[in-house]
Amino acid sequence: MTVPLTSRPRIKLPASAKVGDVIEIRTLFEHPMEPGFRRAPDGQPIPRDILARFHAQANGERVVQVDLRNATSANPYLVFHARIVGPTDFDFVWTHEDGRTASTAAHVAVK
Amino acid sequence: MSDISRRNFGKFAIAGLSTLAAPSILQAKSGARLVIIGGGFGGASAARFARTNFPHIDVTVIEPQLTFVTCPYGNLLLAGARTLSDITHPYGVLKRRGVIFIHDWADAIEPDKKLVKLRSGKTVAYDKLIVSPGIGIKWGALPGYDQAAAQIFPHAWVPERGEQVLLLRKQLEALPDGGVVGFAIPGNPFRCPPGPYERISLVANYLKKHKPRAKILALDAKDAFSKQGLFQDAWNELYPGLIEWIPGSKDGKVVSIDTKEKVFQTEFGTRHKIDVGNVIPPQSAAKIAIDAGLTNETGFVPVNPYTFEATKAKDIHVIGDANIAGPMPKSGFIANSTSKQAVASAIALLEGREAPKDPIYFNTCYSHVGDDYGISVVGVFRPSEKGFVETPNSGGVSPRGPLAEKKTQRKLEAQYADAWYASITKDAFG
Repeated sequence: MTVPLTSRPRIKLPASAKVGDVIEIRTLFEHPMEPGFRRAPDGQPIPRDILARFHAQANGERVVQVDLRNATSANPYLVFHARIVGPTDFDFVWTHEDGRTASTAAHVAVK
Repeated sequence: MSDISRRNFGKFAIAGLSTLAAPSILQAKSGARLVIIGGGFGGASAARFARTNFPHIDVTVIEPQLTFVTCPYGNLLLAGARTLSDITHPYGVLKRRGVIFIHDWADAIEPDKKLVKLRSGKTVAYDKLIVSPGIGIKWGALPGYDQAAAQIFPHAWVPERGEQVLLLRKQLEALPDGGVVGFAIPGNPFRCPPGPYERISLVANYLKKHKPRAKILALDAKDAFSKQGLFQDAWNELYPGLIEWIPGSKDGKVVSIDTKEKVFQTEFGTRHKIDVGNVIPPQSAAKIAIDAGLTNETGFVPVNPYTFEATKAKDIHVIGDANIAGPMPKSGFIANSTSKQAVASAIALLEGREAPKDPIYFNTCYSHVGDDYGISVVGVFRPSEKGFVETPNSGGVSPRGPLAEKKTQRKLEAQYADAWYASITKDAFG
């Protein structure tokens, strides 16, 4: 009974950078990360609803992968860095335990 | 300085007396010197408590303002339910109780020499120092928000003489119906955890009556806040559709302020156009605490939870919003409650006794959210070797429930809040 992955993935990174620059990439995905151990006020168990993985690709190559667990806070917020070696197409993908995914993309041009 | 201080009066008196009479007067004036920086809830409460319970101690307060404007109840000015004079407290009663006031800025502390340097160039010697200077605004920590920006988007979070809260009120009065009132709310820790949400409620109260088409956009760095369920219940019942609260997880964290375009920009790049804006900026302990080397990397002052002596300086006890006392909130009530233990400890240690054991610190934060509608959170805390600890099952928040069922409770709590305000200001300034 999980809700669909309807959150709009949010990312923040510069639109352009110089070759050799290290850029900061911020990502935020709104998700309850419900561990499945809690009960609602009416006593009913709240079903498990967990994102299992986040990964980022740069020009098709996987550069960051994060495995998330049931102790991860709600709304996973991840910040990481990338060194720019040329024009880069980034893809960011969040994968639910049940296989559903949500993704977004960004391009970093070279100055 | 408009007041003749008791110390100076003594000097003049001595100068006019014979040498024989002088020693006895000097005797009367040779009490240990308790000096207090700051005349807010912490400092004024400390001064009054010291005069009442330790009459043999000389008490001096260094405070630049001639009167104190409280942050609590300031939000009621925005709703038109109070005036500035209702929340302004003179120091006359404390002066009559024998507290010496020096209306000047404390610019530096020399812990080795036990001296406070004043802006006027004078110095004040102490045996024990209570530092209760409140918060300082970290100007520039939020890009685009400096002193000039605060004239466009007021913070109204440091009262001074009430200028900021009056400015915000004036801007609300000038707001076109249909305009947007924006709030930028920081992450923890900050002064008065429920304050932003009480303010949102009382601005909504004003707008509903006078600008019914206006909207509130509350951009928050956090995902949860004090008395959240109660506030949101009240917003839904009293001001439906008027308030949009955007938490950090929905890109609510404001990362820059643009006063020219009147825009609050959030972390993931959304630009929110604002007509009237209230920026509650990132905070630290006030400048004097930082300059004196009392703060740590957090910008606030670590203290001994039993005595409030600063971890970094002997004989300096720090109370109020400047210290690190989580999970106790940065509130006037905590400043008042802890001031007594700080004073009693400082004087005991000075006189070679042990600090009072097993103190209990109390807090209640009342919030007005509408006419005859008050809510509260209560906490009881004790010190431990690891810091401050909330006593299990000691406090809590007002019960939730539909207004139709809770009307009497909400009305009573609004009255309790008024009674609390009267009693705490009496305990500090009366």
